[in-house]
Amino acid sequence: MTDVNQSASSTVAVTINGVDIDAHQGELLIAAAERNGVYIPRFCYHPRMDPVGMCRQCLVEVDTGRGMALQPSCMLTVSDGMQVDTESEKTKRAQEGMLELLLVNHPLDCPVCDKGGECPLQDQTLAFGPGESRMVEEKRHYEKPIPISDIVFLDRERCVLCDRCTRFAKDVAGDPLISFMQRGNETQVLTFPDDPFNSYFSGNTVQICPVGALTAKPYRFRARPWDLEEVESTCTTCSVGCGVAVQASRNELLRYQGVDVDEVNHGWLCDKGRFDFESVSSAERLRTPMLKNPDDAAELVGTEWNSALNAAADALRDRSVGIIGGARLTNEDAYAWSKFARTVVGTNNIDAQLADGLDATMIASLPKATIHDACSADTVLLIGPDLKEELPVLFLRLRGAAEKRMTKIVEITTAPTGLTRYAAESHTSTPGALAHDVSNVLDADPSLTTGRVVVIVGRANLAASPSEVEEAVGVLQRRIPAATYLPALRRGNVMGAIDMGLTPDLLPGRVSLEVGREWFENAWGTVPDAAGLDTAGMLEAASAGRIDTLVLLGADPIVDVPDRDLVERALAGVSTIVAVDNFATTSVRRADIVLPASGYAEKGGTTTNIEGRVSALGQLVTPPGTARADWMIAAELAYRLGGDLGLESVGDIAAEIATVVPSHLAPTPELSPETLLEESDVGDTSDDDDEQVPVVPSIDVPAPAGWVAPAMSEMKPADSYALRLVARRSLYDAATATAMSPSIAHLAESAAIRIHSSELARLGLTAGDHVNVTSSKTTIAIPVAPDDSISRGVVVMGVNQPGVGAGELIDLRSAVTEIQLETR
Amino acid sequence: MTLRGTPIARAPGFIANDTPRIVTSRFEYDDSYSLDRYLATGGYEGIRAALALGPEATHGEVRDATLLGRGGAGFPAGVKWGFCPPGVWPRYLVVNGDESEPGTYKDRLLMELDPHQLIEGCLIACYAVGLSQCFLYVRGEMAVAQERVAAALNEAYAAGYVGKNILGSNFSVDIVLHWGAGAYVVGEETALIESLEGNRGMPRLKPPYFPAAVGLYGMPTIVNNVETLANLPWIMNNGAAAFTQIGTESSPGTRMVAVSGHVKRPGVYEIVNGTTTFRDLIYGDDMCGGIRDDNDLKAFVPGGGSAPWFTEDQLDIPFEGRVAGSAGSMLGSGAVMVMDSTTDIPSAALTLTRFYAHESCGKCVPCREGGSWLEKILTRIVEGEGTNRDLELLMEVGQTICPGDFPHASSERLGLEAVPFPYQMTTICFVGPSAFTPVHSAMTLFRDEFEARITKRDLIPVAVIGGES
Amino acid sequence: MSFFNDENRKLADEIVARYPRRRSAMIPLLHLAQEQAGWITQDAMQEIASLVDSTPAEVLGTGSFYEMFKFHEVGKYVINICGTMSCQLLGADDLIHHAEERLGVKAGGTTSDGMFTLERAECQAACTEAPTLQINYRYKYRVSTTDFDRLVDQLAAGALVDEIPQHGVLARVRQSIPTDRSVGAADPADENEPPVWMISGAQLRPEGGGA
Repeated sequence: MTDVNQSASSTVAVTINGVDIDAHQGELLIAAAERNGVYIPRFCYHPRMDPVGMCRQCLVEVDTGRGMALQPSCMLTVSDGMQVDTESEKTKRAQEGMLELLLVNHPLDCPVCDKGGECPLQDQTLAFGPGESRMVEEKRHYEKPIPISDIVFLDRERCVLCDRCTRFAKDVAGDPLISFMQRGNETQVLTFPDDPFNSYFSGNTVQICPVGALTAKPYRFRARPWDLEEVESTCTTCSVGCGVAVQASRNELLRYQGVDVDEVNHGWLCDKGRFDFESVSSAERLRTPMLKNPDDAAELVGTEWNSALNAAADALRDRSVGIIGGARLTNEDAYAWSKFARTVVGTNNIDAQLADGLDATMIASLPKATIHDACSADTVLLIGPDLKEELPVLFLRLRGAAEKRMTKIVEITTAPTGLTRYAAESHTSTPGALAHDVSNVLDADPSLTTGRVVVIVGRANLAASPSEVEEAVGVLQRRIPAATYLPALRRGNVMGAIDMGLTPDLLPGRVSLEVGREWFENAWGTVPDAAGLDTAGMLEAASAGRIDTLVLLGADPIVDVPDRDLVERALAGVSTIVAVDNFATTSVRRADIVLPASGYAEKGGTTTNIEGRVSALGQLVTPPGTARADWMIAAELAYRLGGDLGLESVGDIAAEIATVVPSHLAPTPELSPETLLEESDVGDTSDDDDEQVPVVPSIDVPAPAGWVAPAMSEMKPADSYALRLVARRSLYDAATATAMSPSIAHLAESAAIRIHSSELARLGLTAGDHVNVTSSKTTIAIPVAPDDSISRGVVVMGVNQPGVGAGELIDLRSAVTEIQLETR
Repeated sequence: MTLRGTPIARAPGFIANDTPRIVTSRFEYDDSYSLDRYLATGGYEGIRAALALGPEATHGEVRDATLLGRGGAGFPAGVKWGFCPPGVWPRYLVVNGDESEPGTYKDRLLMELDPHQLIEGCLIACYAVGLSQCFLYVRGEMAVAQERVAAALNEAYAAGYVGKNILGSNFSVDIVLHWGAGAYVVGEETALIESLEGNRGMPRLKPPYFPAAVGLYGMPTIVNNVETLANLPWIMNNGAAAFTQIGTESSPGTRMVAVSGHVKRPGVYEIVNGTTTFRDLIYGDDMCGGIRDDNDLKAFVPGGGSAPWFTEDQLDIPFEGRVAGSAGSMLGSGAVMVMDSTTDIPSAALTLTRFYAHESCGKCVPCREGGSWLEKILTRIVEGEGTNRDLELLMEVGQTICPGDFPHASSERLGLEAVPFPYQMTTICFVGPSAFTPVHSAMTLFRDEFEARITKRDLIPVAVIGGES
Repeated sequence: MSFFNDENRKLADEIVARYPRRRSAMIPLLHLAQEQAGWITQDAMQEIASLVDSTPAEVLGTGSFYEMFKFHEVGKYVINICGTMSCQLLGADDLIHHAEERLGVKAGGTTSDGMFTLERAECQAACTEAPTLQINYRYKYRVSTTDFDRLVDQLAAGALVDEIPQHGVLARVRQSIPTDRSVGAADPADENEPPVWMISGAQLRPEGGGA
């Protein structure tokens, strides 16, 4: 893989068409030429994959001291004194010749081809081609198109055999489920019979296909490229923050294309991120505010904003309030809600995480690593979820780095992950014993503590208390003081929400309530005294009747909080539930007041990824019905409660963040939301040009919060009769991004409990049988699936797969979840 | 070691003559492939000599012998061995026994009739260069060669000639018999390595030009042809000086050449390198004895199906790579295919073009698409369906595969000046250009035969409507 | 899902162990599968994929590159008539036409009784003995149309079973590396020292060894 970022490379003297160009040592000629404005046509070359030299389209005349000769510029690294002629007769003749040959068997069905208008074969034929075909023979024929997966279709007649999709599948995704078959003139790309190209990354092959051979079901025959409007944005399906071009036609989102952000995604997207645009334009989106029917608690009735906002304001006025959620929000939305909660509602009860994350103070205070740091570290210690399932493009980057031996992955996990086969070491951890297991691994191999170490930290098991992770981080901090950390928290903008103070213990800018109080009292006028509750705390308080009104800010706690029983008691214990959301989720349907929020690509703003990198969110379409941006809802509620957030536009908020939020006061230009908003030319940036004056010039900028790791707790002896539950997430689950996107919804696997086949045999069960699973909370029935990669004594279940969720079994107060299996 | 079933007939084709016998010395014995026969005729003395010399001196001996590779490219083996980057280990030996160039028939004989000689050659190479494992890649369709090599390896292992502590020394190497499955292109050394790694046999990008730098599993790898390695025991037993006494300075030793087609005695001959001429070979009484039925010679392919054709004007060219190269062709894999005056040239050209089009791996566009397009045009012409324009089209499609001047044989008679071999090409390997070689040779030398096949005129474009005519 | 019989499965493991990387056993294992079943079934490819740490798509991708692997049932005897230059110069086209008529199938086809598959093959490295053919990769040289007819009759009558094994069987002698003589294969990633004789020079015992 060619690293676009050629750091500290020396310059090589190369002349192209008589002009000296700036070329770097080790750079491929085709890339150096392009960087210098000379585009050499190509089909197989792709800057993020190893060259194969198949299409021969990039032949140019090159003289490296032995006379001019045609050479493929995708295979040739620049060298001193190289003379290149991309315009000579011979070059042109060769390039025309290749195009003529490529078209010999191409069907030329451009009028009915989705690629028409953005097709490299079409474009390059126009620019470099011969202008006529001399082929009179019958062309190759194949059945067209054939589905090679549920999402991707293949038309072999159009294929020019550039090896891009197959190289991507093998070298980048690690899913060699498509391959060249046959030989010579009969070569074709195919899957094995009945073994489809089910890769989490299959959509990338459609994007990089230089012809219309690969098409994606969600976009087939939907639009012509010239009808598309586009805005660059950032994917928020998870928190990796991949660069994405959002495309729409007639106010409807039609496609996302990956954008190559060198530090982040290298142009790749996962299929969930690529295809969940369908959920944005779903007919199921909330279009209008709703109030509970006083006569039928099961029904929500549409209303207009004024009534709904008034009702919500009443429920918030002088009441004990808890606000759960906010990771779906933009940074600007999150700031507005943080300010609203603190200054108008007067509470610190606000938490963007749903008891399935990590201590926000820990996350905010750990020394940060970037994705690039991880991919170039001596060691990556992985104590977190299955990245392939939760942060797929981070998985892709780490897999690539491990395969190229640029880093070494050491994994400590309760069950195998997508990275296990690429890890140098994969250690099995007992649920609840992570800190002990980490300590043991470091004892066994002290070399792991030396060199540059990046720790990827997250929740590998939602059926065990997060304290095991916090204790493990404590161990790592003591043993590897120089380690840096990349948090593996998955929700779209959870990092931005934490930065903006959607967490009970932190004010915006990752400062603690105590340290930041004076600063924010100056900036905002007031900061509540009482310490806030986190989501678990709010739910406990609500179930005990100590919270009157629960605000669900894009949160679906019934399925996401891994303690279904607690959530049910909490929802029953409050008098009013206010939901601000895109969809009528399971939890939203329980609300008294529902406020529809605008969604992805319907508002401008910024988002923050796991690295803390702030990037722009583009606006391209309008929200459905009367749905509004979350920050506006906060501002409206504030107004009705007699307050004033002083925020009238996204630009206003960005400007205030830049002057008020300590961590964002002197950002590098790339981290500045303001700069991003201006550059991206989206959103309603404030048009007043007033110089921004720091609001609180006389007070020292508060320091970021510190975090003290808990001591390692005693290991609880395992109940020898019980199995320990591991609860994890899958990429495709029952949540709205998947469920409301028809093209991927059916890819979510139904709930099942995975268990070693010897345990199954012991119980006399076979695959698919239902089993009764009993924990301290309840008993559920669920089908079993044998999986011999799982240790004996452990069972694995999905948190939110269609069917029954692991949350039913989990008690948030327990260190681990022990269960018994019984045949029914 | 006995073979199951009835004994297999000796491979025919070899014809002995007065040439010194370096690699075919045991071919007339019924049991030439057995260990007993090998040992009785000086077998495994070469590796003993090498062990006594030490690896460096053994390498030096082979370098001094100027043993040219017999696979086609003719690169000196001792020099190739020296391309292994120092300090990079392990290194491997891959034996190219994928003989499949049209007209070529020699490596199969060496494997079937004297497998121990080949095994000993492998040992000498491994010992000299420090190669820790040897893979002996035999063409898939050669079932008998596989049997003979397997049986010989089993004997050699049992007798202590292969494996751990060979001849009681600290030299240890495994020789693994590997076999292909039918793909001509795998004879290209980087494709051979791909195939050995369990992949589609598609040639790798160059540079690196030699697998000696980056080869099997990315490690330094020597790829040597069967005949090349079969020379090593003799060289170690007799010394480089004795080897260079035979033949010429730049092309010493002997080489095996298969002559097929329209000659009186087609056969495989061991000939003296550098001095033997094509005339000796085709007309010599101890060799092919002339053209069948005493017909005239029309043309011959001097070095395997990829080589540009010669005519009687080149009969006196000796088996010397540089001479053949500057005359516009190559000696290639020692395969001479002779066409007499009765030969239908367009059909002969089509047969070869079809071969290379069919054997294209499909990687490079000019070969994959161009080769089969050439075949289609040529078929059309041969079947009498061609048009005037097709003759030019043939040459133009060929130019996309091989731009610039294409080599052809010099001939005062025909007014041709030779362009030295090799040609420029737009593909990674020689399969693409090889689809054009026969077309180019045939069209250059016998264009009239093609023109005679053209029965159809191009459709004349309808003049501009309303225009003057 | 188990394709290989016990004996072949053992053999497969032995073959895999000879290579520094498992994937190198791909082609030998495909041959072994074809030897067992006469052609290569999907089950076989799935099992090979797991044996060489690959995917069935890659096994088929590799296998289908090579002429000899058949992914559908073929005749008990696959007759390959060489049609490349030396054979063509000496009448291969006539022989092929004759064979097509005699067997009643076009090149590429299989007779309805499942006995014969006829193929036009490329150069078989027997050019001096043109025209040649192979039956299950056993050579017949300088084959006339009369020879061909006699061959077919003999094969149909079961007269050549000793000479010509069923399709899929190649070498009837297998390499077998005795464990006590085997040096063994190591992944190059785990081995970066020069071989011992390159460091210290060979130490040849004065009396020598060998047979």
